[in-house]
Amino acid sequence: MTTVSARLGALARRHPWVVFCCRRAVRLTVSLFVVVTASFAMIRLVPGDPVRAALGVDAPPDLVAAKRHELGLDHGLSAQYWRYLRHLTHGDLGVSLVTGEPVADLIRARLPATLLLAVLAFACVLVVALPGGLLAAVWTREGRRPRAELAFTATTSVMAGVPDFVLAAGLTAGLAVALRIFPVAGDLGPQSYVLPVLALALAPTAVLLRIVRVETLKVLATDYLRAARAKRLSAVPLYLRHVAPNTLTASLTVAGNLLPALIAGTVLVEKVFAWPGIGSAMAQSVAAQDYAVVEASVLVLGSAVLVVNFLVDLALALLDPRSVIRET
Amino acid sequence: MREEAEAGLALYDVTVRHHGPFGPVTAVDGVSLEVPRGTTVGLVGESGSGKSTLARAVVGLDSPCAGRITVGGREYRGRRAADRRRLGQQVQLVFQDPDTALDPRMTVRQSLAEAAGAFVRLDRRSREQRIGGLLELVGLDAGCADRVPRQLSGGQRQRVAVARALAVDPAVLIADEVTSALDVSVRAALLTTLRDLQRRMGFAMLFISHDLAAVRQVSDVVAVMYLGRIVETAATENLLRGPRHPYTRTLLSAVPSLHAGRRPVGEPLLPGEVPDPASPPTGCRFHPRCPVGPNRRPERDVCAARDPQQEAAGQPHRAACHFPYPADACPPHVVSVHQNADGDRTPRTPGDLPS
Amino acid sequence: MVLSSPSPLTPRATAGRSRATRSGWSTPMGVITLVMLGSLAVLAVAGAVLWGQAADRPDPSAVLRAPTASHLLGTDHLGRDLLARLLSATWLSLLPAVAATLLGATAGITLGSLTAVVGGRARRLLGALINLLLAFPALLVAMFFAALFGAGAGGAVCALAVACAPGFARITQTLAAKVAGTDFMAAARVLGLRRHRLLLRHVLPHIAEPLMLNTTVATGSALVALSGLSFLGLGVQPPSYDWGLLLSQGLDRIYTEPLPAVAPGIAIVYAAVAFQLLGEMLAGAAARRVRPRQSEEPALHPARTGVPEAADHVLEVEDLRVALPTAEGVVRPVRGVTLALRRGEMVGLVGESGSGKSLTALAIADLLPDGACATWGTHRFLGTDADSLSRRERRRQLATGMAMIFQNPASAFNPSLRIGTQMTEAVRAHHRTPRAQAVEQALAQLQRVALPGGRRLLRSRPFQLSGGQRQRVAIAAASMMRPDLIVADEPTTALDVTVQRQIMDLLHGVRRDDATAILFISHDIALVADACDRVLVMYGGTIVENLPAHELATGARHPYTRMLVASVPDLATDRDHPLHTIEGRPPDPCGTAPGCPFHDRCPHRVDRCAVESPVLSALDPEHEVACWQPLAPAQFHGQRETEEAEQ
Repeated sequence: MTTVSARLGALARRHPWVVFCCRRAVRLTVSLFVVVTASFAMIRLVPGDPVRAALGVDAPPDLVAAKRHELGLDHGLSAQYWRYLRHLTHGDLGVSLVTGEPVADLIRARLPATLLLAVLAFACVLVVALPGGLLAAVWTREGRRPRAELAFTATTSVMAGVPDFVLAAGLTAGLAVALRIFPVAGDLGPQSYVLPVLALALAPTAVLLRIVRVETLKVLATDYLRAARAKRLSAVPLYLRHVAPNTLTASLTVAGNLLPALIAGTVLVEKVFAWPGIGSAMAQSVAAQDYAVVEASVLVLGSAVLVVNFLVDLALALLDPRSVIRET
Repeated sequence: MREEAEAGLALYDVTVRHHGPFGPVTAVDGVSLEVPRGTTVGLVGESGSGKSTLARAVVGLDSPCAGRITVGGREYRGRRAADRRRLGQQVQLVFQDPDTALDPRMTVRQSLAEAAGAFVRLDRRSREQRIGGLLELVGLDAGCADRVPRQLSGGQRQRVAVARALAVDPAVLIADEVTSALDVSVRAALLTTLRDLQRRMGFAMLFISHDLAAVRQVSDVVAVMYLGRIVETAATENLLRGPRHPYTRTLLSAVPSLHAGRRPVGEPLLPGEVPDPASPPTGCRFHPRCPVGPNRRPERDVCAARDPQQEAAGQPHRAACHFPYPADACPPHVVSVHQNADGDRTPRTPGDLPS
Repeated sequence: MVLSSPSPLTPRATAGRSRATRSGWSTPMGVITLVMLGSLAVLAVAGAVLWGQAADRPDPSAVLRAPTASHLLGTDHLGRDLLARLLSATWLSLLPAVAATLLGATAGITLGSLTAVVGGRARRLLGALINLLLAFPALLVAMFFAALFGAGAGGAVCALAVACAPGFARITQTLAAKVAGTDFMAAARVLGLRRHRLLLRHVLPHIAEPLMLNTTVATGSALVALSGLSFLGLGVQPPSYDWGLLLSQGLDRIYTEPLPAVAPGIAIVYAAVAFQLLGEMLAGAAARRVRPRQSEEPALHPARTGVPEAADHVLEVEDLRVALPTAEGVVRPVRGVTLALRRGEMVGLVGESGSGKSLTALAIADLLPDGACATWGTHRFLGTDADSLSRRERRRQLATGMAMIFQNPASAFNPSLRIGTQMTEAVRAHHRTPRAQAVEQALAQLQRVALPGGRRLLRSRPFQLSGGQRQRVAIAAASMMRPDLIVADEPTTALDVTVQRQIMDLLHGVRRDDATAILFISHDIALVADACDRVLVMYGGTIVENLPAHELATGARHPYTRMLVASVPDLATDRDHPLHTIEGRPPDPCGTAPGCPFHDRCPHRVDRCAVESPVLSALDPEHEVACWQPLAPAQFHGQRETEEAEQ
């Protein structure tokens, strides 16, 4: 036992990166397994009979039985699970209970639109919040300009409180229906991205703005910044070289946590804008009680979130090598 | 072994490991130490030497992975709450930082009442009496009882912490760097109080500090730790006047003194850094930095190969060194004072000492 | 509390203090928060009673009406009044959100506090579980469970509770771990207190406040999430209705009529913002308890006295004062410090905590925190009066002529920059040294402080070095500019004695080689006596004695210096001789009492000491003391004399 852990310790000392990546990969695998199992369990745990629910109460019993057989729901649970995993490795996500189309095709057609939306929104959040929060902190540090600080706090807390789907509805009503500046719904080219991205990005931007400001204030109060001030550097190198990198790590950690929420938020925003993505497909199938599609959407969105988390962790470790050592 | 009545705290080959970031780190490695009742043993060492870990192991906050710890001749093992309670009745710890050692939300009275009532049931009147008695014991006036820690000065807080530890009438008191966060004038008063209390109440005290002068002030015996091991143990004056281990000598010569003459400016006394405790050097742990070790004297390769053992426990002055100095070789600080008296002001560095 | 604006005659300091003690609720933001929360509460209780019937009354004659005077928001597809529906839906929108949050918080906090109580392996397992659950966005988890539990209000509440529990578990875990690591918890465990008592008495009271704050914010999010579920068709089912469902229904006709969709949206935002603001107020109230407040103090410009300029003085400061605004009012930690340093001289500035020695150093280096205000009679650096320079010129002079070494080597280096960058940036900025040349200089300096590693060391980051190495790098960096003065603020306090010895040797080397003057600040009187040429003893914001270091042990004339010296345990003094202690406490830095700062603790005080503060005056060319009745040298019976007498 001791020798094994000692050997692992030696490995960790020599190659902290290897150990770090291994740990993260193990965590990702376990979480993916949980998502797969959850999505498998979903259709089996739904109260009542999902097949009957999807086909309608007055569907003939033999049709229901045939559908159940087709989905493999008449086998034992473990057999079903193996079948599910086997199909999954071939990219087979089953067929829609309502339309009978393969779910994988639907996902393939709709995933890029969702991801594009999420990535664009995330980029907006970073572009606005990182410099904005830094400036706000420098502007209001050590209790200077209390009015500006109050205005900042009030604005961001209202912005952070506006849910994305409500904002989406409001934007549609205001800018699309009343003023006709942007298209109301669907993907009709670049200008139709503006409203969904805005709706998705506003609240996370406000949250991140506040966090960047707080983190920057923390950095501004550190000893090493006082030491840097003792070198009498001018303002731009002081803030860009000494403050920004230290603010960045903590802020990006939070931003990394916002990204999954943003992906989940697409479900609601897509519904408002009738966006041809996974989210609207999921919303429709929830309404139609098409659990095969819901199950696949949960699987895809959940996995996307996990992979994104994994990548964010790696990126953060590259930015701040100390985290690798802390972790291992 | 001594008689049970005399035995306060005794450690036999105690080893404590931590989970470090790169696997287990042996913070305390085979330490044996005896603190007889009614005496104070000072434990000196620099940061990372494992002295605080040793303190935590004695009070049961860390569990040793090898060796035995006995209090009053009895061993307290086990991790259950009941075991911990039995141990807590015998051994108490005072921490370094007076700012965090007391619960900031509890008044002094509440803190002391919690401690006094931890093992014995007290009615209201006897509890009040006990709290009054404890405050008087550590030299605080009764008015302090209703204050919360932040209304007290650092020295007062540390006194409350001492009172809380003494509230259970422990057989052993561990003082872990209790004076290092305090100002000089406050430090002197606390040291005096601790020494008086120890003499009056007769508990065994393990006084841990990096400050040799403070240790000297309260201790009967001093043990010096380096990288998880005790390298030298002796009666206080013997150790200070005639240190035998090269590490003890360098430590002593580095202590600034109001009364010593000006030191010559020269090369750094100890070369290199303290090695990583996760992968300590072979043989004697001090050998890579030793001023009289194999780096300076190549014929002393035994230091890198074989671990020097401390001499038998019965000896009054033990040093874990293959080539210890004779006990009467005077260390630099004593040299300068004594020679001052003779009018000779030539300071001596440890390099030219006999070996 | 009077809310009227302060009269023009009221000093700003008082205004600052009243702002600090004023409860956050009487600020405009607090009032707005209270009004919003109150209106929500009233609507939740009364809404269904007042408008419930109107909301359910269908009117086939007025189906899908646009807003009119009788139907302010229009009607829905059954002709029901939308405003009535909106108002009576308040409780159905709020109550489930509160219920879900409370359920989730209870589950999460229980799970989280378990981690603080259970043993090692179980704790790691629980931690991993929480990590795993947290990887999924709460909304996705809620949708999953809402689909599982079945569409409906009950299912949605349970789903949401499940979804927000991991967040609560994590925050409880983090907070509890923080408390569990404190010394007072360790002390409680050493006392053998039982687990439930530890949890109830020591852990929960400390984390209750942030948890409550978190619950408030989470209620707002739960409200939004529940509306989202209803909006998707997973929450409240018709014929029942909440704001999310109303929004969803309104959205179907948004092309023709935006108001039926916008109005429920506004209701959701209103409630969400109310909870958000409540959280803001609670957090602000918690922060106010620790945050000092700003206020300005009219600058005190005492009459100039002017020190005669001495040719070899690097720094001359006369009557330096620093005022610092805090929550308790304006503090004056430095009250008239006069000092001068000759070229190549190492001067120790020694004092206990709170004596103002560090602020003196920061004031000299022009690095005081914002809001602090420094005034002086004379401030002459390198022969130039500070008042005669523009701000820019002064910065430049300080940048090239003065360097600082700070106390804690662990925090004095920017963790994200390489050592090389931090060493060379000052010369590159102020001397316009080219990069390659700056690196060469840095290598030479590292060589001088006996740090091996060369370029590899320059490429490393601070966390890869030990404390002693970092402090050596700090000395190397400080001497890069070849400054005339190095201000070293407790540079060895965080280090071990053997490392301290190395650092002191290096400082001596720098002083010898470059003729740099060093102002060495320390609380360790023995170290200062050992290392410096001259010692300035500070007490209560003033310098009470200025004497050659070798006289400190025996020749001090100020009673405070003597008592301080006598209280230092030393390796060479008689151990059975009791250490001297100084009764009483150092003076209150807010106080404005006249007289000698030490008079109430001084055993030799006379009447004059309490009313008139003594000025630093020379006893002989090398010895100054600020005392009305300096002790005569013969009067001193210190430890050393006693020892010698015994011999």
